[in-house]
Parts: sequence; structure tokens; C-alpha cells
Amino acid sequence: MNLVLDLDGLDALIRVLRDDGRVVVGPVLRDNAITLAELDSAADLPGGWGVEIGAGHYRVRKRDDAAVFGHSAGPQSWKRFLHPPRRVLMSSDGNEFRTAQDTAPDYAFLGVRACDLAAIAKLRQVVGGPAPFVIAAQCTEPGELCFCASMGCGPAAGPGYDVALTERIDSGGHRFLAAAGTVEGTRLLDRLPGRAATQEDITLAAQDVDAAAQRMGRAMPEVDLRDLLAANRDSAHWEAVAERCLTCGNCTMVCPTCFCVSVEDTTDLDGNAERSQRWASCFEIDFSYLHGGAVRTSGAARYRQWMTHKLGTWRDQFGTSGCVGCGRCIAWCPAGIDITEEAAALAETTQLGGE
Amino acid sequence: MTWLPTPYRVVTRTVETHDSATLVLRPVAESLPTFRPGQFAMLYAHGVGEVPISVSGIPGDGTLVHTIRAVGAVSRALHDAAQGTVLGARGPFGTAWRLDDVEDLLVVAGGIGLAPLRPVLTHPARRTVLVAGARTPQDLLYEKEIVSLSDVEAVLTVDRGDHDWHGRIGFVTEPLASVPLDPACTTALLCGPEPMMRFCARTLLGRGVPAGRIQVSLERNMQCGVGLCGHCQLGPMLLCREGPVVPYPVAEPLLLAKEL
Repeated sequence: MNLVLDLDGLDALIRVLRDDGRVVVGPVLRDNAITLAELDSAADLPGGWGVEIGAGHYRVRKRDDAAVFGHSAGPQSWKRFLHPPRRVLMSSDGNEFRTAQDTAPDYAFLGVRACDLAAIAKLRQVVGGPAPFVIAAQCTEPGELCFCASMGCGPAAGPGYDVALTERIDSGGHRFLAAAGTVEGTRLLDRLPGRAATQEDITLAAQDVDAAAQRMGRAMPEVDLRDLLAANRDSAHWEAVAERCLTCGNCTMVCPTCFCVSVEDTTDLDGNAERSQRWASCFEIDFSYLHGGAVRTSGAARYRQWMTHKLGTWRDQFGTSGCVGCGRCIAWCPAGIDITEEAAALAETTQLGGE
Repeated sequence: MTWLPTPYRVVTRTVETHDSATLVLRPVAESLPTFRPGQFAMLYAHGVGEVPISVSGIPGDGTLVHTIRAVGAVSRALHDAAQGTVLGARGPFGTAWRLDDVEDLLVVAGGIGLAPLRPVLTHPARRTVLVAGARTPQDLLYEKEIVSLSDVEAVLTVDRGDHDWHGRIGFVTEPLASVPLDPACTTALLCGPEPMMRFCARTLLGRGVPAGRIQVSLERNMQCGVGLCGHCQLGPMLLCREGPVVPYPVAEPLLLAKEL
């Protein structure tokens, strides 16, 4: 089922989802960045705003048009809703233990790009939880740091969306081709004001997405990344990265799939205790703490752990790569460390067998 | 449910050494599934925290037995837990010692590393040899119990003796190099500091024990026990799932890498 919506149709889509009791989350402009927040209407979307992005660099910019999805990945990801930064696990009065009430709302995510759709699947594979209703936004304008194509995660949205929107602004107006991916998605489109899509609408949308694949700002080297990382455990290159890396952990916080948590205990004056988890980073010195000291003390060891897990050992553990090519870790690294450049540097000096 | 501990009450607390104690825990109501030797529980001390502790005994009556060395805030609180204290337990987690097709059993332990090996000392075997080391005679675990096990040939050694110590002095590798073995029929189970396990494994390989029959128990920071927190990674492994007991051929390259 394919429908063409205008901005009013998009507004109706948000309204219908809200009427169904869902919390609709999508991109908004806040504090000079495109962040994610609950939407009341389509007017909350960052219409006319794009981003200028580079290694260690992110600025919003005015666009020449009123596109609402004309921006690449921002500092936040859907992780903060599916795997909140802090979550209570249980409470204890010293004799009994009680699970925390799970109060996650029934989410509908609007404007999920292919990279983030893949990230949602990878994250949920680890942390579980209910599946959100997903309205994907097909990517027609990849950013300077995007490399989803070389990670096999985009720019066309893979499976997992309920509805996919392709935004187009031309002489025909500002419109969205809405394609249902599930029965629920079809039911949603049935309730929206729009016109049936023509073959031309569908062809144009497909062309726009196909063209995006050729305009990726970055690419991973074309080698088996798991083998590459496994072969470079003792590489001197980690020291070279460590000279630039501040071990701040920004990359792990903005990464849409980094799932690690630490558990914390708090007590009150009545003697009750609560355990909660909070996002943790493998760049923290205490992350690998064992009695006697941390296992990974050097920056080189901690960067190696992050990159090796993301691109290599994630596959051993979960059967898939941990990277989707969204480029966030490059943009939000204060030192501008670029995971694609570091992978390329390793690949340049590595002879992998069986190629 | 994943994160919810099951309440257990301390019914017996036995002081083992100056910094180690064995707790016998009885379920307050529901009990956890039966543990196998080598597996661990996440033990929770109210308001202090939760740490992974291997089972040091499997009586088969629904109780949990853990020997705890006080090395940090949580293990200190568990170690100090008096009779009657309610603790939380989750588990069983991780891999167990592989004991199928065992002919001769060689158990090698350093320090508190003997705790997760204690349940295998009574496993039926053609012959069981224990080589256990500790820093000083005061650090030796279960000394009286070991001497009383008539089916176990025990060799105890300490790094530093004192005037009451008439036994061996030296690292566990030394008796390991000379203790009579039938290498081809030996299953070796190792638990202790990583360098100790590496040197012991090299010694055993040198004596002809097949690499695949050497198992080591590894340790990393663990906060969940179920592959969710990410702390226990060692190369490709999540040690809470693929470990703590790992075949030596898998462990060796990971142990040789610095700060992995």
C-alpha cells in the first residue's frame, strides 16, 4: 500500500498515532541541534533545518527548502528510549526484593533512518523490550560522515519499519511517499488523508534513495572487518590512536548500539536500597575493574576494546556487526577520531588470508 | 526477573582464613536451580552491591555454599554477613567444569582459586591429584578438609613459610613439574591468578597433557551475569556466558594479549 501525504497528511499521521495512545517521538530542533523528543504535531519537526557535519564538528544550518527530514544523525539516537540512560532494576528492604515497575510507554518513532532502523534491531537483540512502532524516513541526503552503505545498513530502510516515508520537494510540492511495511502500517495509512501513489511517485522515490547510496561521505575499507580487527590485536596503531583519544566515552554515548551498563546501589535513611543501571562506557577506567585494579588501563587498550567490539567481536557474540555507519562517533569525538580512517589505517598494513 | 535476586538466609558462617569465610545459604522461600561445579551466582548484599561468586560446595539439599574472600566493599559485606542475614542470589550462571570422560583428575589451585574447585574434589575419578598453593600458610583454604579426603593426593605449597610450616615452599608450577601423572589420561582443572594458570598450563603441556583436556576458570568484572552489561568481555567472549570455565586452547591467546 502506497500513499502520498502532504504536510497536513503528516500531521494527521502524528495525530492518529497519538489518538491510539502512543507516545510519538521524532526529530526536533533544540539547543542548536536536531534532537529527539515527543511530538505534538508536524509543526514540531525541524522544517527547513539541515546540518553541517564533520569530524568533531556539528552545526545546524538553514536549508533552502522546508524539508523536515533533511538532516543526518544527531547527537541522540533511539537508544535513549529503548535503553534509557538510567533505569531502576529492583528495590530491597533487606528481606524482600521487588522488581521495578516497567513504565516504558507505547512508543511510535517517526523519522527513523535506515542506519537507525538497523541500530534498533541490533540494540533490541541485546536488551530486548517491546518493539516500537516505526515510521522510517528514507535517506535521500546522506551526511558527510555517513557510511551506512558500506555497513549494509542503508540508505534504503531495511525490514522492521511499519511505514516508510520518502520526502520530496519539487514543482509538484512538498510531499511524502508513504509505504506500509506491516499490516499495522497499512491500517494506519488507511486512516490518513492522502492520494494513492502513482508509478511515477514510486519511481522517483526509489531513484532518490538509490542516488543517496553514491553520495556517502565515508566508507569502511572493503575487507572482512572482523578478521581485520582480530589480526590487529597487537598492532602498534592502537598507540597512535591513543595519542589522540581523550578516553572521554562520547563515542559510546552517541553510538546507537553501544549497550553497556553499570549497576549502582543507593540507600535511603529508612534502610531501603535500590539498584539501578546506567549507561556505561568501555572507556571508563573502572569499566574493567577487578580486585587489584583495572584490566584495561591504557587508552590504547580501551580504544582497541571499543573498536574491536563494534566491528569485530560483536559478530562473535551476536552474529552481526555492532556498527551501522551512522557516523555519530566521528561527529561527536572531540578529537575528531574517525573509525573509518582507523579501520583503513589498519587495513593498509594488514594482509588478510583467504581473499 | 533477570535482575531480581532470590532471598537466601545465612545459616552457617565458617571462618576459613584471616580474609575468607564460607557461607551456607538456605532459601527463604523459592530456591534457585541446582548449580554445577564451576558455575557462579551473583550474590547481593543489601544496599552495598552484587558480585559474582562461584559455588564452593554443592550439598544437594537446596542450600548454596560460597567461600568469599574480602577484597572490596561488596565481598567484604558478604564475607562479614552474620548468621541470619538475608542475602540475594541470582544464578546459576556460566559454564561448568567439563567432567565427562574423566579418568585422572588433576586440580590446580592458587589462593581463593581453590573455592570453585572444591566441589570437584569428590567427583568420581580413577585418581584425583590436588596441587594447591597460597601466599602463606595462613592463606591456605580448607587445609584440614583436604587432608581428610582419603581419595585425594594433595600437594600443598606456599610462597612464604613460617616456623610452623613444614611443607613445601615455592610456586605451584614446581610440584606440578614432578608430580606423577599419566598425561594422556589426565583432565586438568586450573583456577588462580592468570599468570599462574598460564605457567601451569605450559608445564602440563610440556608433560604431554592434551591441550583440550586443560580447563581454566577466568575472571572479569561482571555486573549482570546474563550478557547484558558488557563488562566481562574478553576478546570475543562474554565470560559470564562462555566462561568462567574455558578450554585452555581458547583462553591462551586471550591471556597472552596485554590489557585485553
